[in-house]
Parts: sequence; structure tokens; C-alpha cells
Amino acid sequence: MSTSNIELPAWIEVILIPLLNICIALFFAGLIIFAIGENPIEAVRVMLNGAFGYDEGVGYTLYYTTNFIFTGLAVAIAFHARLFNIGGEGQAYIAGLGIGLSFLLLDNVLPPVLLIPVGILSAALFGALWALIPAWLQAYRGSHIVITTIMFNFIASSLMVYLLVNVMIKPGSMSPETREFSEASWLPFMHEIFGWFGVTITRTPLNISFLLALVCCLLVWIYIWKTRWGYALRTAGQSEAAAVYAGIKPKKIIIITMCISGALAGFVAVNEIMGVHHRLILNFTAGYGFTGIAVALMGRNHPLGIIFASLLFGVLYQGGAELAFEMPRITREMVVAIQGLIILFSGALALMLRPAIVKIWLAIRPIPSVAQHG
Amino acid sequence: MDSLLNAQTVLSTLDATLRVSTPLILCAMAGLFSERSGIIDISLEGKMLSAAFAAGTLAAITGSAWIALAGAIVTSILLSLLHGFACITNRGDQVVSGLAINVLASGLTIVLGIAWFSQGGQTPALASDARFMPFELPLIESIAQIPFAGPFMQSVISGHNLLVYVALFAVPITWWVVYKTRFGLQLRAVGENPLAVDTAGISVSRLRYKAVMTAGILCGIAGTYLAIAQNAAFAREMTAGQGYIALAAMIFGKWRPVPALLACLMFGFLDAVSIRLQGVALPGIGEVPVQIIQALPYVLTVVLLAGFIGKAVAPKAIGVPFVKER
Repeated sequence: MSTSNIELPAWIEVILIPLLNICIALFFAGLIIFAIGENPIEAVRVMLNGAFGYDEGVGYTLYYTTNFIFTGLAVAIAFHARLFNIGGEGQAYIAGLGIGLSFLLLDNVLPPVLLIPVGILSAALFGALWALIPAWLQAYRGSHIVITTIMFNFIASSLMVYLLVNVMIKPGSMSPETREFSEASWLPFMHEIFGWFGVTITRTPLNISFLLALVCCLLVWIYIWKTRWGYALRTAGQSEAAAVYAGIKPKKIIIITMCISGALAGFVAVNEIMGVHHRLILNFTAGYGFTGIAVALMGRNHPLGIIFASLLFGVLYQGGAELAFEMPRITREMVVAIQGLIILFSGALALMLRPAIVKIWLAIRPIPSVAQHG
Repeated sequence: MDSLLNAQTVLSTLDATLRVSTPLILCAMAGLFSERSGIIDISLEGKMLSAAFAAGTLAAITGSAWIALAGAIVTSILLSLLHGFACITNRGDQVVSGLAINVLASGLTIVLGIAWFSQGGQTPALASDARFMPFELPLIESIAQIPFAGPFMQSVISGHNLLVYVALFAVPITWWVVYKTRFGLQLRAVGENPLAVDTAGISVSRLRYKAVMTAGILCGIAGTYLAIAQNAAFAREMTAGQGYIALAAMIFGKWRPVPALLACLMFGFLDAVSIRLQGVALPGIGEVPVQIIQALPYVLTVVLLAGFIGKAVAPKAIGVPFVKER
């Protein structure tokens, strides 16, 4: 019997099944830790302590969370238009190029108050641009956006290596990075902001882009569910034919959605380059773009879900670093493996449990009132 | 410039081309089987990486290259079955499933490698009898004197390890299976119109499982090649995107074996040339940045996909889970 068209109550679809999927993923992660001879329960304790146990840990956790919110939102908004943007990594990387170029040219020219807005805008612009090309190819030439965005990740990587090694490198420097940008372009760290109010917290990379990430969540939520553009986007994602019939142009939706997606992914560069490194460096994206896919799947493409999923990945990243320190047999890459398990169970196998749950639900649900049927 | 164009350099570049193309060819054929059946396979990378790890591990423990090969193939098939379970049985998203396998493989090979061998993610270096070593083809000495063909055979075709020849043979075999056998006909049909195949009383699921498992075997051989034939140990992330290049080559070859082979050889040649051109100034052009040559396979694939050089048409039913009407 096919169970896919039997309706389940919302709390089972939206909360229970996703939670069970995450539990299965974490169970397998525990199994791996057990297999390499460590205690999974103890590992969880070390991780949670590393992530929340002291204010430095919290700072790092939220700093990672910031990146995941940006890339998670990027993947999610594209998903709503049924576009799979695997290119967040490359878009973030090229956004870094945008920041680098505008600051190298302008940071001693522009008035200091303008630097930060210019930096954020150029990140959004360059991220959007790197998504625009695959979007255009999808909309007008029919190229599969998954393949083109994968290719664009590699092209971005080669381009950045070339530019940093040969063109943008600080003169006389051996390591492939630009000079430091002027201090007016740095985003304030959270420990500095707290300092203004007389509260002392430990120095961490956490900066004001965390608030930008939360604002983006709100804006994305409004855009998708409260504007006519979002309505058009969701309609095009559900059924292209229906969208055309309603006077919506699917090609335009693809272009606009991917540009927003690329701009959101590009904000990773705001956090990393303007917030932390203050110069353009190689590989600052460090896989955050790919993690965004796991985050979006886990957060079911909803900004609120994405905040929670990002927090979980923030805990995994920061706690994972602590774990590698405390338990030498476990390495940081354990987090990558967990990420793979979450993409598998929350994404590819998201419907695995559903038939069984439908059977249980049919057996135990409250009997619908008989009177209705006469 | 002289040094770039003399016979010896040309021959050794072609020789290197064949060596770097081998995993690409195997993975491209793997992708071809899977995608011709309608299952997108971006997990070539992850399967090859896991297989390489399994091969490196087993060769280090047992000292037998053959056991390593068998173990690598089994590992890769298991991942194929996982992909099949997600995409065929549970109708999950094929790209998401492939990505999950890639990410999982990338993390797990390092975690297990460090936990088991404590060498920063490497497996122990292998002695030559635990590897597939290069050998000279029989009778190669006797034809070495023939102009052009002789040195070509001796320097380029001969002197590789067994798996290079396996890769080269995989292409005609793939061609024969896909175009000349009953399985191949069904495979192509199920990728274009699964409903028709189902109506004919053939199981779509079983066919697709067979296709992804074939892909698993080929990726297993490719991983073995990387870890214990081309190199003498597994190293972390040693596939370095080659699975994606193979995917690009398969698309470039428009999902057909022989054009895919040529694309693999072209991408392999670019790779071999980029190593040779490092720091060399070409007359009139100057130094060609290595990164441009490295990015060329991806750029070319995008240009092809955009329909600017011919049209790459994917199998019609690709990426769409099959729902049997009830």
C-alpha cells in the first residue's frame, strides 16, 4: 500500500519526523565514535561543555552559527523555488573577492562611515553575480543548475588562487593574502560592543554580523511568506505550469531567487573577511557553503528552523574542536562525517520513516467522529 | 620552447596523460551506467575516496593488492546500495543523497584513518608487492625500432600498471553492454521512459539497482588505482575533486562511452600539461597560469552545458524518482 498520500497531523510532519531523522543521524555518529574506541556519551558531554561551558566557547559557537545561517538561508530560498544551489561555497568565496577589491581600491579614499556599507554591498553584489551566471544558464539555456553551480565552485577556487597568488597579494609578502584593510572597515567584535556598555567578555571572533544574520532570517521570512514576490517564488517552485498560468515568469523567478541566494551566501565573506580576518585570504569559506545544505535540510527551509540547525552545527564545530583536543582519537573531521549523516537522514532519507509512522498513526489515532459519514 | 616540443617531452606528457586519466575514465563509465538508468550520481567522488581508503587500509593490513581491490569494490558497492536505497527505494533526492555520500566519505575516511593508523589520515606506506606495479607489455622490445609507433607504444602505451589497462578496456566493454546487450537496451529505456519499461513487465527498481552497483564496481577500481597503484598509500582527500571532473567529462561526452573517454583524456592531458607548464614562458603568450588550465575542464563543461558547442541532452527521466502506479 502506498502511504505517500495519507495525511498526517502537522506536528508529526513538521516536528516528530525531522526530530527522529536527526536522532538516527546522531545515533550513527555515536556508533562511529564507539567504533573508534571512545565513549559517545562522554563525547557529547565534552562537546556541550566546549560549546556552552564558558563564554569563549559560546562566542565561537555563535560565530560559526553566523556562517551557517547565511549559507542555510541561501540554500533554503533557492529550494523554495525548487532550485538546488550547491554553489554557496563559490559564491561566498567570490563575495570575498568583492570585499577585497573594493577595500583595496577605496579603504583610504572613502569616508570611514561609508566603508562598512560598501563592503557589505560589494559582498552581496559579487555573491549574486556568481549565482547569476548559473541562474541565467538554467533559465535561458536549460543547463542543469546543480552541475553548473558545482563547476562554478571549482572555477571560483582556481580564480581566487590565481588572483591571490599573482595579483592581489601584498607586495613583498610570501603568503597569498592581501594587505590588511584599514581599521575603519572592520566590523566591531561582540566583545568590543559589550565593552562599550562596560561588560567584559572574552575575545572571540564573534562580531556584529551575527545580528546581520538574524536580520536576514527575518527578511527572508517576510520575503518568502509575506510578499507577492515570495508568493510568485513559491508558486513557481510548486508548479511551473500554474505559475505561468498566473502570469508569473518562471525565468525571472530563477534569476531573482538565485541572485538573492548568492548574496546571502556572500555574507559569509562579511563575517569572515570584514569581521575576523580583515584581509582577503585563501579558503576562508572552509566548507561553510556545503554545510548550508545540511542546515537548510535540517531546518526544513524555514528561517526559524535554520536558526536552530545553525546553532546545532555551531555547537558541532566549536564542540568538535574541543573534542579533538580532549579525545585525541577523535578528530575535527568527525563533524564532517556527522554533517554527511545529517544530509543523508534529514535529506535523502527524509521519507524513510514515514510509511511506518503512517501505519502507527492509523492504528492509534483518535477515531474520527462517525456521525459525519452518516 | 625547444624543450617543450621534443619527442621525449611529448611522449612523457602523453604517458602522464594516461596515468592521470585512468581514474577519470573509470568514474566516467561509472557515472554513465548510473545516469543512463536515470539516477544522478554526484557521489562518484565519495565512492572513489572511500574505495581508496579501503584499498589502502586492506593492502597495509593484508599485504595483498588483490584483497585490497576486492575490499575497495565491496566498499564502493555498499555506498552505491545506500544511494540506491535512498533514491530508488525511498525516492529521496538524488543530488542530496550523492552529496551526503561525498561529505560522509570525506569526513569518515579521515576520522577512521587517524583512529586506526595515527598518521594524520594517511594509511601506512606500502611495499611494492602490496601494490599494482607497472609492467612492460610483452613483445614491446621487438617493436621499439618501428618509427613513431614503436616509441609511442613503448613510452606511452606500455609500462603502466594493470588498472590502467582495465580502465582502457572498461570503455569498449561499457559501449558493448550499453548498446549491444539486452541489459543495455533496458538500461537506456529506463533512463528515458521508466513507465514504458514497467509496462513491459521489467522491474524499474531492479534495473536501477543493477546500474548503480555497476557504477560502484567501477568507482571501487578507480579508488584502488589512486591508493595502491598510482600512489603507495591512501592520503586524506586524495581524490581532490577528480570524481567531479569525471562527472564533467561524462556530461562533456554527452552520456556516451567513447566521447566520454575522449573528454577524460582531454581533461587528463590538460592536467599533465599544467604540471609541465609550471613556470614556463610560452613565446608570444608568456607564462600561462596553472590555475587557468586547471579550471579549463569546468569552464568547458559549463560552455557545453550552455549549448554553445553542440547540445548535451541528459537522459529524459534523470533525477525523477519512479512512482509505480497502483
